[in-house]
Parts: sequence; structure tokens; C-alpha cells
Amino acid sequence: MKTFNEIKTVGIVKTKFFTFADPPEEMILESGERLGPITLAYETYGTLNSEKNNAILIEHALSGSAHAAGRHHPDDKYPGWWDAYIGPGKAFDTDKYFVICSNVIGGCSGSTGPASINPFTGRTYALDFPMVTIKDMVNAQFHLVNHLGIKKLLAVAGGSMGGMQALQWSVSYPHMVNSCIAIATSAHLSAQGIAFNEVARQAIFNDPRWNGGNYGREVPAEGLSLARMIGHITYLSEKHMHEKFGRNFQEASKASRNINSEFTVESYLHYQGIKFVERFDANSYVYITRAIDYFDLQEDYGGTLANAFDNAEANYLVISFTTDWLYPSDSSKEIVKALRVSGKNVNYIDIVTDNGHDAFLLPAEILEKNISNFLKSEFARLGKNEEV
Amino acid sequence: MIGYDLVIEEIPEKTKVLDLGCGDGVLLEMLQESKKVKGYGVEISEEGVSLCMEKGLYCYQADIDEGLTDYRKNSFDYVILNQTIQNTKRPDYVIKEVLRIGKKVIISFPNFGYFQTRLHLLCRGTMPVNDLLPYQWYDSPNIHLLTIKDMKIMAKEFNFKILKEWHFNLGQDKKSKITRVNPNLFAQYGFFVICQ
Repeated sequence: MKTFNEIKTVGIVKTKFFTFADPPEEMILESGERLGPITLAYETYGTLNSEKNNAILIEHALSGSAHAAGRHHPDDKYPGWWDAYIGPGKAFDTDKYFVICSNVIGGCSGSTGPASINPFTGRTYALDFPMVTIKDMVNAQFHLVNHLGIKKLLAVAGGSMGGMQALQWSVSYPHMVNSCIAIATSAHLSAQGIAFNEVARQAIFNDPRWNGGNYGREVPAEGLSLARMIGHITYLSEKHMHEKFGRNFQEASKASRNINSEFTVESYLHYQGIKFVERFDANSYVYITRAIDYFDLQEDYGGTLANAFDNAEANYLVISFTTDWLYPSDSSKEIVKALRVSGKNVNYIDIVTDNGHDAFLLPAEILEKNISNFLKSEFARLGKNEEV
Repeated sequence: MIGYDLVIEEIPEKTKVLDLGCGDGVLLEMLQESKKVKGYGVEISEEGVSLCMEKGLYCYQADIDEGLTDYRKNSFDYVILNQTIQNTKRPDYVIKEVLRIGKKVIISFPNFGYFQTRLHLLCRGTMPVNDLLPYQWYDSPNIHLLTIKDMKIMAKEFNFKILKEWHFNLGQDKKSKITRVNPNLFAQYGFFVICQ
């Protein structure tokens, strides 16, 4: 089914690769460990203007990739993960802006991660891969942005873990970020969120095929798909789930029900789980969920979130969704409050929706309109070089 | 648009302004254009915030009964409470907070002491419904109605200064006409500039 936004598309796109931090010039991670060489998979849409001031960096969430818009092949079943918002005339308007999206380090869609070959051993890193943090992901992207010849980004934008990276960008590289769009995110994940991540990791660890992270082609499919099923529950609201599936049965008549018959919601989760295994690495899932758990801007700045933003120069757009219980509105309000205290320009909107955390990925006019208007004003302000 | 002309007249150029209950942001936009102010808005509705962003204003969605404590003292040259205070749950708290975060506060509201309103209650014995107060008692957002005199009493009790009083009536042309003679009886709207 084509969504209202899919008609306007960036078309056929190609993933590119950028390699840096060749030994002995490895990138030093937050943990102090060194990682290199590092490859980042990335895609770009639109054209960088001559002033080089129209670049927007898009940050993906836990299971995302560099493929944010368009299709790799004309017969691809699905477009990139944020195709509803990236394209000609869309919120991230590729007629006006140069849009970049890269796969995070620790990921498994082309960037260096636990499934990559460790140059020192010639085998996959697996659990020898160093712990990476949100800050490390951002530091790696900094090299890519530099490589593309961009001194200052018009905006850094993302939802969920992508929002964490966007916030981190504005804090780590204050001079390079003109504006920051943080959607359905938090300055630190809640205990409940960490709990769900841990259950997902345990599902992977308890799959015998995981084998301490050393699996070859015999991937821990059961564990990873169970992890994904758990994740999917947290992305939907109770109401959305009810409206989508109700108490419908997949097939069976009442008489033929047994312990194996499935409610529609069950087959949906099973399907999501199986589909996920085809494209995602179990160890990556473990590393990235850990990076999300450990992210804590407040802790990084002496326990006061407002201090984190004191040096930030960006203007902010913060968006939450009323039925998101994984990254609830209150975590966005906490960010907004801290931004206000540190005197930043901030827009905040709590969008009424039944779609839960998933809402940031689904096409919605209100989200499109607000991102679009924000970028328009921010881009116009650049020209005028004006403070608000 | 009620009292916008007076607010614009009062606010000096290039000041930092917070508009509480800024609605669609028209007042802030006018202030930015005519007075080059640094304007910020707070608005409770999603639609309002969206309309503000469309105008390129900075605005965040919040309930002003809750969202003011975190601002530092004297964060703004002016805080505007235009036709808003009577909608708040805790006007006493809101007024204390705006006096803390703003050097000056503009506060304007429908005057419940206006003679037509008084007459309505006296003669009909029902809650007044008129141009100033266009709601039935059961669907009215005006949960803390007050008179001009009430505000003056509050100033004494809460120990804040009244710098200016421009109580007014709305003319046919929607322009504000300042009422000097017994405003508590003859002005449709109260208009105060106050400070701590």
C-alpha cells in the first residue's frame, strides 16, 4: 500500500562507504579502547549547496540503517525506514536540503560492528568488539561529516535512539549543529526501558546457538526473533494493538482451538521476529541496546541535565507522542525543561496519537508539518544571521 | 486580538518577552515585527503550538499552571498574561511565578465588575453570558473570574507593585479605548503592568 507520501520519492539510491581511523590512528572510544579501521555505511539524498549550509544528518534508531529513503532496486518491496519524511517536498525536503544518514558503529548494515572482521585476528569481532556508546557513534559520524566537507549541519534529527544521538551531537559538537530535532526520545532511558532491553538480551544469550557470541552461519535466530518480538510490544500502545489485532484469531474456529492456535497479534509478532533475523545481527542487538541503556546526559554533566546544554548552540525541536510508554512524554518534557533553564530556543509539541512509540516512523501530517516548518524557519534564519 | 494594541504600545523594542497562553502566536509575531522583540510562547494546545511554529516562533506545549518553576529569576523583560489568568487553576501561584521570572508583567483580563455583567447577574440571576464572557457556566474555561478591584486588593496582599493601569473598552473598530472614569464599573477589560 502506498502511503500519502510515497508518491514523492528520492528514487533509486545507493549505499556508500567511508573508511577512516586506520591503525595506528584508531578512534579512541569513550571506554578508552581503540577501534580502527572504521567503516561507515551511509546514504545521501539531495544536493549540498555551494554555501554548504543545507546539510541535515539523520540518526537511526535501534534497528535502523543508513537506508533512510528511496529504494535500492526498483522492485524493492519497502523503501528506506524514514521514506515518509525524506524526499522531494517532504518534511526533510530533498529539493532544498542535503540529507545524510549513516549506519551507527556497532551496527550490522554496512558499518563496523561485532559482525565485522577484526583485522588483528582475521575473524569476526563477536564479543571482542569494544563497548560503544551513543557518544562514540556520534564521534564516528563527525569524521563522516568532515569527510563530506561540511562545517556546520543545518540540523541533526532522529527518533528514539536517533534522538539520543541528535541531542549528543548538539552537546559534543556545539559549533557544528545549527538545530536539533529530537523525537520520542530521552536524556536517559527509564528503568522500565532498560528492563525490556535486558529481557531481549537474555532471549539472545539463552539461545544455545548464541554460544557466547561465537556463532557462524548458525545464527541464534530463536533468541533474536524473541528479542524483536519483545521490542515490538514496547513500540505499540495498548490501544493501537487492540485496534490493529483485537482478539482476532488467525484462522481456527472455536472448536478447533488448541494451545498452538494463534491470535492475530501472535502471528504478527512471530512474523516480525522471523523477518528481523534475516537482516539483523544478534551481537549488534546486544551492543546497541547496551549503548542505549548507558546513555545518560544528566549523569555525564554532574547530575544536572541543564548543564549538559549550557554550551550547546542549537535551536531545538522536541516532539513526543501521547501514547508512547517506552519513551513517554515526560522524558521529552524533562529535556525541554533543561533546555529552557539553560536559555535555549526550544519548540515542543506533544502529539496526540494512538500509535505509541512507533508514531515517529509512521506517516502523519502533524509530524511532517512541524518538522517542515521548523526547518524552514531555521534555514531562513541562517540567511539573516539573526538571533531570535 | 483583545488588547493587542495596548500590549504592543507598552513593550519597548528589542526586549525579551514570554507570552503565556500565546494561542496562534499572532501577538508574538506582531511584537517581533514592530518591536523586534525576542519572543517566546507557551501554549497548551497542539494546534496553537503548530501555528506558532508555522510563523517561525519558538513555542512549547505546556500547562502554565505547571511549567514555570524551572525558569531562572528575571529571565524575561516582560511576561504577558493576556486574557489567560482567569483560565488558570492556580492564579495565585502563576502570579507569584511570573513576578519572579519577569522583570515586568502585563496582565489583562475580562473585568467581572463591568456594569453589564453585574446587571446580568442582578436582573436575571444567572451567570453572565456576553461578549466578554461568551460561555455558559458549564463549558467556560474561565474558572477564576475577577474584577479590576480584586487585582488591586491582590497587589496589596501579595505585595507587588502596580506600575500602570490601562483598563479599557473595545471599540467598534476593535481598538482599545482606555477608560479613566470608575474603570471597575465601566471598563470591559482590566489591564495592569505589575512588578515585584
